[in-house]
Amino acid sequence: MEGPIITVEGLSKSYTLRHEKAERYTALRDVLANKARSFFTRSSKPTITTEEFFALRDVSFSVGVGDRVGIIGRNGAGKSTLLKVLSRITEPTKGRVTLNGRVASLLEVGTGFHPELSGRENIFLNGAILGMGRAEINAKFDEIVSFAEVERFLDTPVKRYSSGMYVRLAFAVAAHLEPEILVIDEVLAVGDSAFQKKCLGKMEDVAGQGRTILFVSHNMETVLRLCNKCILLENGSVRESGPTDQVIRAYLGTGSGTNAQRSWIDRPNAPNGHGVRLRQVKAHDQQGRVLHTFEVTGPIGITMEYEVLTDGDVFTHSFNFFNEDGVNIFDTHDVVSPQRNEPRRKGIYSTTMWIPANLLAEGAVVVGVAVVKHEPFTIYFHERDAISFAVIDPMRGDSARGNYTLGFPGLVRPLCQWETRLVV
Amino acid sequence: MNKQRVVLEPGSADQHYWRDLWNYRGLFWFLAWRDILVRYKQTVIGIAWSVLRPLLTLGAMALIGWLFSSSVPEGVPRLLLVATATLPWTFFSTAFSEASGSLIANSNLLTKVYFPRMIVPASTVIVCLIDFVISFAILIVLMVVYRFMPDVRIVFLPLFLLLALITSLGTGLLIAALNVKYRDFRYVVPFMVQFGLYISPIAFSSADIYANPRVPEALKVVYAMNPMVGVIDGFRWSLLGGTTPLNIPGFTVSVGISLLLLFAGIRYFRRTERSFADVI
Repeated sequence: MEGPIITVEGLSKSYTLRHEKAERYTALRDVLANKARSFFTRSSKPTITTEEFFALRDVSFSVGVGDRVGIIGRNGAGKSTLLKVLSRITEPTKGRVTLNGRVASLLEVGTGFHPELSGRENIFLNGAILGMGRAEINAKFDEIVSFAEVERFLDTPVKRYSSGMYVRLAFAVAAHLEPEILVIDEVLAVGDSAFQKKCLGKMEDVAGQGRTILFVSHNMETVLRLCNKCILLENGSVRESGPTDQVIRAYLGTGSGTNAQRSWIDRPNAPNGHGVRLRQVKAHDQQGRVLHTFEVTGPIGITMEYEVLTDGDVFTHSFNFFNEDGVNIFDTHDVVSPQRNEPRRKGIYSTTMWIPANLLAEGAVVVGVAVVKHEPFTIYFHERDAISFAVIDPMRGDSARGNYTLGFPGLVRPLCQWETRLVV
Repeated sequence: MNKQRVVLEPGSADQHYWRDLWNYRGLFWFLAWRDILVRYKQTVIGIAWSVLRPLLTLGAMALIGWLFSSSVPEGVPRLLLVATATLPWTFFSTAFSEASGSLIANSNLLTKVYFPRMIVPASTVIVCLIDFVISFAILIVLMVVYRFMPDVRIVFLPLFLLLALITSLGTGLLIAALNVKYRDFRYVVPFMVQFGLYISPIAFSSADIYANPRVPEALKVVYAMNPMVGVIDGFRWSLLGGTTPLNIPGFTVSVGISLLLLFAGIRYFRRTERSFADVI
C-alpha cells in the first residue's frame, strides 16, 4: 500500500499538575482571590505551584494499512492518552499526527448509551455517536441485533438489561463500524468467555478486511493473538516497537526490575552467611544460554554459583518461585544431589536445578535463592528477588493449551496424561 | 467511503471547524432526538409538562401584574399580554439552564468520543424549541377564547423567535463552557433565571419602564441591556397587533446585546473546547 495510514511524529502531551488542590475543576472564587491578591501585592509569585507532567513524550511511529498494532505498557505508561490523542478527544501539546482515514474509537463500550432508551433506540444513538450515518445503521441493524443476541429485548429500556446483555449490545454496535482505523481500549475485559471469543473472532474479521486496528490491552495472550505489531510504552515514551512476540518479550522481561542473571562477584554486599557467599544466579536453557523469556514447552535451568569460605560444613540449596502477583508458585529444596550430605571443602561451587517443561504457566516469574541447613534448620542466606524471567506460550499447539488461544488461568500449566475408553 | 486526511497538531482544532460541524449534523439530530425521547420518560403526564409549566408561570405572573395594576394596552386582555411574554421566557429559561449544564451532563461522551462540542448545547436548545412550539397552543387557545385576531405583523414572529434562539444559544454556549472549568455557574444559573423573571417584562410591559417619568434614563438603558427585553417586546409587537409599540432605542440595545452574547459565547466556547476533555 502507498504510505502509512497513521504517522505520529514527536508527539507529546503534557498536563499541568496543580499541587495544593484536590479538585479537578477550579472555582471562580479562587481565581478572583488570586488575581486580587497579586494585584495588591504586585508579586508575580504564583500562589499555586504547578508542575508539567508529560503523559506522552516525543512519541514517533507509523502504522501501515491493515496493520493490527497492540499498544502495551504498565499502568500510567501513556497508552490511554495516546489513544485519546489519536481519536481527537484531546489535543497534542507538541508534535503532529497524520491520519489518512476515518477513525472510530471504542474507548469504552456503551459510550452514550442512555439507560431510559430501548435497545433499538440505543443502537441508533450509539451508532451515531460512533460516527455511523442513519442509512449505515439501518443496513447493519439486523446483523447488530443478532450478533448481540438481544432480539427479544429490543424494545426494553437498557436499564433493565443484565450487564452481559448491555455489554454485548454495546460491542455489537461498535464491531459493525466500518472505519479505516479502529481504536480499541481494553473492551474485551467484558462478557463471558463465549462472547469474548465471538468478539475476538469479529475483530479478526475486521482486521482481515484490511482495516487498521490499534488495540490497547494488558492481556498479552489477546495481543499476541490479534496483533501483528506492537508498541511498548514506558513512562510516555516508546521503549520498543516491532513484531508482537519480540515486544511482549521485552515487556515481560522488564518484570520486577531484576534480570535473568544477577552477579555479586567482588561485591561486598553479596548475600552470605555461615561461611557461604553467593556469587551469581541465572536462568538459562539447555544450551546454557541466559534468556529473559522461556517457552512453556521447554525445561528451564536455574543455576546458582557460590563460594564456600570454610572447610567441613554441610548444607543444601533451595529456590522459591513467585508469579507477578506475588503468589508463591512452588518452593524446592535439594534433597537429591550427593553433595547435600557431604562436608564441603573451600572453593567455588555451581548448582543447577531444572524446572521441567510444561510446569510453569505463562507470565513473569521471580526467583528467590537460599542456602540452608536441615539439621538443625538454619538459613545461611536467602535472597528473595534474585532474578526474574518470563514464560510465554508461542501458541504452536503443543502446550497444554492445544489450539485454545483465549485466557487460560492457573498457576501451573502441566501437560497431563488423559485416558478415555469406551465403557459401554 | 471517501478518504479523508486529518492532521492533528497543537491548535489544529480550528481547521475546518464549521465543515466538521456540518458533517456531524447527524449526531446533532440524534442527540436532540434522544433528549426528546428521554425528556418525559417515566413521568405520569408526560408531554403535558411542556404546557403546564408555562401555564403556571402565566397564572402567577398575570396575578402579580393584576395585583400591582401594571398597565395593559387598550383591547388586550391581561392574560394574553402576559402569555406573549411567558412563552418566550419559558423557552429561554429552560434552554439557557439546560444548555449551561449540557456539557457536564454529557461528560462521558466528551471524554470518550470526538465531535465538535458545540453540538451538545445546540441540540439542547433545539429540544427546548420543540417544547416551545407545543406550548404555543396556550396562546392560540387564549386568542380564540378572547376572539383576538393578530394583524399582519405576525409574519415577523419567526424573526423574533430567531432572536430568542440566538439569545439562549449565546448565553448557553458561554455558560456551558465556563461551567466546565468553573462549577460555580451551577449555582449562578438558577439564580440568573429567577432574577430574569422579575427584571424582564412579563408581569408588566416595557411601556411601564420606558414611559415612566419616575425611572431615571440610566436605569432605562440598564433595563434595555437585558436581551430578553428585546425578545419579549418583539413577540408582543408582532402578536398583539401594534397595541404595544416597539421602543426602538431600547430594542436596538437588547438586540445588540443578544448578538454580542452569541459572538462572545461562540468565541469563548471555541477557545476552550479543545481542553474540555482534560478539564471536565
